[in-house]
Amino acid sequence: MARIIVVTSGKGGVGKTTTSAAIAMGLAKKGHKTAVIDFDVGLRNLDLIMGCERRVVYDFINVINGEASLNQALIKDKNCNLLYILAASQTRDKDALSQEGVGKVLEDLSKDFKYIVCDSPAGIERGAHLAMYFADDAFVVTNPEVSSVRDSDRMLGILSSKSRRAEQNKEPIKEYLLLTRYSPERVKLGEMLSVDDVQEILSLHLLGVIPESKSVLNASNSGIPVILDEKSDAGQAYADIVARYLGENKPHRFIDDKKGFFGKLFGGK
Amino acid sequence: MSQDAQKTPYNPPALEFKSSTFSVPVLVISSNDLIIIEQQLQAKVLLAPEFFKNSPLVLDIQELNKQSIEIDVVAVIEVIRKLGLLPIGIRGGDALQNEKAIALGIPLHSIHTSSTTIDAKKPKTLTPEPETKDLLQTGTTVITQPIRSGQRVYAAGDLVIIAQVSAGTEILAEGNIHVYGTLRGRALAGVQGNTEARIFCTDLQAELISIAGNYKISEDLNPSIRNTPVQIYLDKQTLVIKEI
Repeated sequence: MARIIVVTSGKGGVGKTTTSAAIAMGLAKKGHKTAVIDFDVGLRNLDLIMGCERRVVYDFINVINGEASLNQALIKDKNCNLLYILAASQTRDKDALSQEGVGKVLEDLSKDFKYIVCDSPAGIERGAHLAMYFADDAFVVTNPEVSSVRDSDRMLGILSSKSRRAEQNKEPIKEYLLLTRYSPERVKLGEMLSVDDVQEILSLHLLGVIPESKSVLNASNSGIPVILDEKSDAGQAYADIVARYLGENKPHRFIDDKKGFFGKLFGGK
Repeated sequence: MSQDAQKTPYNPPALEFKSSTFSVPVLVISSNDLIIIEQQLQAKVLLAPEFFKNSPLVLDIQELNKQSIEIDVVAVIEVIRKLGLLPIGIRGGDALQNEKAIALGIPLHSIHTSSTTIDAKKPKTLTPEPETKDLLQTGTTVITQPIRSGQRVYAAGDLVIIAQVSAGTEILAEGNIHVYGTLRGRALAGVQGNTEARIFCTDLQAELISIAGNYKISEDLNPSIRNTPVQIYLDKQTLVIKEI
């Protein structure tokens, strides 16, 4: 049986799709057969971030409607042969998703895959609800600012009450916090919430912090998940997150301010 | 005030049997290591000593029996009592365990949601403990999970939350509200007009507090009592917030 991971946040623009792409690639690179599904029907983006937009023939909705088989719709990633992408439909809307349909696709994928990453759309409506409904684990992506934190909190409430696990009274979804676009310098200046501030509000297990980084935009524009940019801080942060999720013990990085010129000069902490 | 009113004994002329439902915390045990059980239970009790003091509790050993792990019921009950809790029932036990429980005066409860245990006889509530009976008179709802933004909780009696209450939530109770954690949402006690109801919390950052319809919004709260443990009660239509 596959483990189903939902990458969710409530708020838009916090880095769900970037995270989904990076995490899926990271899991596949670690040798686990992984599928990543774009639930953002009508605002299809994952295929762009994964650099496979030119190879989309059939999509998620086609599979749900029985117009294509899973094998026809799954796109094999060009960087890693254990990673497959199921793109969303751009011409439909979220009402095209049905609970039975999504459940059937996930069940079929579960037979063959180790991990299934569901890239949730923003909001708390149908698309987001179905993305998280079948999940075993939830990666809650949050930016260090108040509205994102509030929306994540709302999403956590929905995860704990409206998922399949909650409805069937099973062990609840495991929830992890991913703090993205973090800038230690701005935290120091008091312009941004700190890791501690966010954890105090959400009281959630921190899986990792991804620093604000130019490499994320570069990676998105070139269609290569940022985790493959091993030299970049964001890429390393995602690699750490995947390792921690798989049970490895990695100390947290990118939380403290990088040493400036004087810091280097005088040693210090 | 309110405590005194509740303690007044109710003395009917003769006796009468009535049916009533109570919410009582259930302690689900998943290990048979008495030392670990004692340590972990003690840690929980220390989180909210006032709440757990003399609290009634039902012991659930279904998980252990499912996995065929042996457990000494008598010893576990001893541990629970030692920590100041009062076991008033057991469920999910086998015939021998049930027999031992009955011998200690602990009634058996059946599990409604599953059919895994074979309750041959159903010797329910043979010897209810007289001292714990009074404690059952409170209809208390206990919540141990965080209340997340957008969620709403309503309790017909008292409401006890042993977790944080996030901003953008609404917790309502006809009786008192206790929050052992940060209270950031809206808390409304005595919603059916009980002016004796109170709100207790260990860290006040609420958006709104109300007792029997008398409310204060966050902006009107004195900054000195923010982020402190407080109790809130009504004194002649005025909300009083006192540090505790």
